[in-house]
Amino acid sequence: MRTKWALAAAGWMAAGAMFFPLLWMFLTSFKTEITAVATPPALIFKPTLDNYAAVLERADYAQFAANSVVVALGSTLLALAVAIPAAYSMAFFPTRRTRGVLLWMLSTKMLPAVGVLVPIFLLWRRFGLLDTRIGLVLINSASVLPIVVWMLFSYFREVPREILEACRMDGATPREELFHVLLPLSKPGITATALLSIILCWNEAFWSLNLTTVRAATLTVFTASFSSPEGLFWAKLSAASTLATAPILIFGWISQRQFARGLSFGAVK
Amino acid sequence: MASIELRSVGKRFGSHEVVRRVDLLVEDREFVAFVGPSGSGKSTLLRMIAGLETVSEGEILIDGQSVARVPPAKRGLAMVFQSYAIYPHMTAAENMSFSLRLAGVPKAERDAKVREVARALEMEALLERKPRALSGGQLQRVALGRAMVRQPKAFLLDEPLSNLDAALQAQMRLELVRLHRELKTTMIYVTHDQTEAMTMADRIVVLNEGRVEQAGTPLELYNRPASLFVAGFIGAPKMNFLPAQGAEGRTLGVRPEHVRIGEGGELAGEIVALERLGARTYVHARLTDGTRLVAEAAGDTGVREGDRLAFRILPEGRHWFDGSGRRVT
Repeated sequence: MRTKWALAAAGWMAAGAMFFPLLWMFLTSFKTEITAVATPPALIFKPTLDNYAAVLERADYAQFAANSVVVALGSTLLALAVAIPAAYSMAFFPTRRTRGVLLWMLSTKMLPAVGVLVPIFLLWRRFGLLDTRIGLVLINSASVLPIVVWMLFSYFREVPREILEACRMDGATPREELFHVLLPLSKPGITATALLSIILCWNEAFWSLNLTTVRAATLTVFTASFSSPEGLFWAKLSAASTLATAPILIFGWISQRQFARGLSFGAVK
Repeated sequence: MASIELRSVGKRFGSHEVVRRVDLLVEDREFVAFVGPSGSGKSTLLRMIAGLETVSEGEILIDGQSVARVPPAKRGLAMVFQSYAIYPHMTAAENMSFSLRLAGVPKAERDAKVREVARALEMEALLERKPRALSGGQLQRVALGRAMVRQPKAFLLDEPLSNLDAALQAQMRLELVRLHRELKTTMIYVTHDQTEAMTMADRIVVLNEGRVEQAGTPLELYNRPASLFVAGFIGAPKMNFLPAQGAEGRTLGVRPEHVRIGEGGELAGEIVALERLGARTYVHARLTDGTRLVAEAAGDTGVREGDRLAFRILPEGRHWFDGSGRRVT
């Protein structure tokens, strides 16, 4: 009983620590610039919408948001389209080198992105991909691909081999096997993977900042633009950040059940 | 209509030989059981026939045609898996009609077929249920139904009853025999349970370490086991093995029903345990040289644990095996 309480308390504290900066950002976005920097911090204040008005006046929020949505969804779809066949073959037709290939894929995530910035930039410029949504979709899907393949591989491995063999006996081609049996069976896992990929792509800032300027810029670029050049305006920055994080927060909140179900998919079977 | 022929079929996983030069002809409409302990290669053999496993050596012929290049679905065989392998996201009816759907059979025709099979298996009430809402025995029926719907040339069954409780197993054994008679198709049945093989099969193939030890009708195997291995594997309780007196290296095998108690017998021993089944009693004894012996007695004998008794072996119940374990006639 006591450990249960301790665990609950630890859980609440961890959640609180993670949630507090968001809450503070949200509160600050309704303060004036003066109250925003006050010490000690003002807890009671008269809320104002001026910051939101100023932010929306200065930049076309809708365009940034649309870019974010297109890039996050596009990258996720592309990554899934590549990762599903890859994970399928590795999970069901493994060779001696499968384990090595998987580790190698994951190891690319340990490479700092800045290490390949120059070559990527030059390539993108050469192919006219700079400041295009397609350009961002390509680089983002490549960057989430290792995680997506790895997660799908683990989910596919949970599907009993005999079910796929039954499918083969029933006369299914590998394509039919994939679409009629494997994908429906691993739907919770695929959903969780897609959700994670969308969130990662939404939050991605490095490539958006370096490969886009105006047309394809996403909400991370939108937020960053408020931290320069006239010095820091905390209240306006908070309003911009709130606008940038709100969609994904709401999205995450709506999809949390599928997400949790997908993550525990293997454990409950 | 299907005869299945194996011509010196072998299977190797790396350097490990799982199946060694198996020659076998399964006749059309025959019910053949592959029995053996785990690791004897019986499941691998079945999976090679199904096409789920490649053949390392030799060839497999179905109706006289080599199937080396024929994929599983085109072999005209249906398989029932040990785990049933029911598609969890489909209803029982969808599971059963899946192969027909893949083959492009129109919906009305599919439904009619599924209903017909469901009637034969007395499972019409289960058709719209999802697998999670079905018991083990019911899943078993769905798996059988899925195989029957395809009207295969032969059924391959891989330990289909091992996940059922004893009462259900006995019931399904009878039902499978009835199905075999009604469907008039070839069936190959893999099991580690010799009782299943004895009660259902027309012919039993005993496998040991990837080799065929003996193939024959249940009673041939019971009455004239070709080796110590078969003698020990077929029949419950097991055959008794006694070191033969006078003949060096030889073993005398005798089944419990061929041992008589207390009638001026040549063997003496002490009763160590009694299994009273009502209609008969199994008497477990330790002989003076330390060997264990099980004797079957009709009804309830008056003997008790600790009694010292004499045992006699009936002449017609003696099986002789040489030093290498082969039968000596």
